[in-house]
Amino acid sequence: MGGARKSLAEQSRRHFLAKAGAAAAVGLAAGVRFMDFPKARAATGAVTDNQRWGMLIDANKCADGCTACVQACNDEHGIQSHGNASTDAQWIRKVRLRDKAGGRESTLPLMCQHCEEPPCVDVCPTGASFRRADGIVLVDKHSCIGCRYCMLACPYKARSFVHENLSDQKPWSPRGKGTVESCNLCVHRLDENRGRIPACAERCEREGHRAIVFGDLNDPASPVAKAMREQQSEELRADFGLNTGIRYQNI
Amino acid sequence: MIKAPAIIGLLSGLVVNVAIGMTPWATALAGDNSTLLPVIPPALEGEQCVEPTEVMRRDHMRFLLHQRDETVHSGIRGAKHSLVGCIACHAQSDAAGAAIPVNAEGQFCESCHGFAGVSMDCFECHASVPARQQALGTLPRWMSSPAVAVAHTSARGAD
Repeated sequence: MGGARKSLAEQSRRHFLAKAGAAAAVGLAAGVRFMDFPKARAATGAVTDNQRWGMLIDANKCADGCTACVQACNDEHGIQSHGNASTDAQWIRKVRLRDKAGGRESTLPLMCQHCEEPPCVDVCPTGASFRRADGIVLVDKHSCIGCRYCMLACPYKARSFVHENLSDQKPWSPRGKGTVESCNLCVHRLDENRGRIPACAERCEREGHRAIVFGDLNDPASPVAKAMREQQSEELRADFGLNTGIRYQNI
Repeated sequence: MIKAPAIIGLLSGLVVNVAIGMTPWATALAGDNSTLLPVIPPALEGEQCVEPTEVMRRDHMRFLLHQRDETVHSGIRGAKHSLVGCIACHAQSDAAGAAIPVNAEGQFCESCHGFAGVSMDCFECHASVPARQQALGTLPRWMSSPAVAVAHTSARGAD
């Protein structure tokens, strides 16, 4: 009699374990993912390093004398001249390169190169300079004290200091006196997740030059990753080993 | 050495001064808002803020501080405690329909901050008029009026 009771208990225990196992198996199949991360991000979620934003700029397609990208940047972020070219903010500048031996000249837009190892972040005493998970190098102006160490550290001279009181800033691009700023890859557009590209790339394309290809370097299907896989490209001053997010061709 | 009558005179003078000084306060607190208490312009849109009024008055700076870090560092946009959202509802318009900055004298932010003597740094960098007053063609989705409306609707739903 005792044995019968035991076997009943045993049976129900086995029954329970089998049920629990089945439930676990169903749970695993339905919801658990070990290696599969979604590419797209909800507007309410935090950015991740699944993406790394970058650009490929073809100097051959960049027209000499054209400043459409610079103008587009100024329009988008409300950057205006205060009548002093040496201190006016400048997120993009057109640069002319000349090969000393052959004499070949090329022009290209130079802006923050969005380094993977940014020197500006290394030197910032307050943590205001930082690299976002998706590769965009930014200044948190709430903690920037305007010391300008980052401007000295940047080998590309990509940052500007705001010297004047500003008014009529764009709501999506807060800027103010006493802080340092630089290209933010139009982060307000990227965070929308609607496929809008930075203003400079958009304007260059609209002007018919198509010198700037923008996209996610981590996504093999993106135009920029494809172009970099198929064609030669280079970093500016690759010897620094900064692994820039902005790459160039034909310079 | 100060004599007793002098002290009594001094004290009575103080009492009178305090009583006179308190009078506008008393009338203001009794409902006559034409004197000292700030006159806060009402919101243009919506019946209910993203939090109850009492909570907003005490804690708006904490909400803004928390959300700004999430937005700047993690790229989280369109959450309900947004400075852009505040301005979208609370900026008044003048007779010609142009927006008046929220930090102008007597406007939504300034009316209380001026009264309390607390300075605001927000608008040295941030726009103080609504996004819809800017070029509509380039307006990000999380800044346009419908987004603000959604934030307010969901806040109402949560209540």
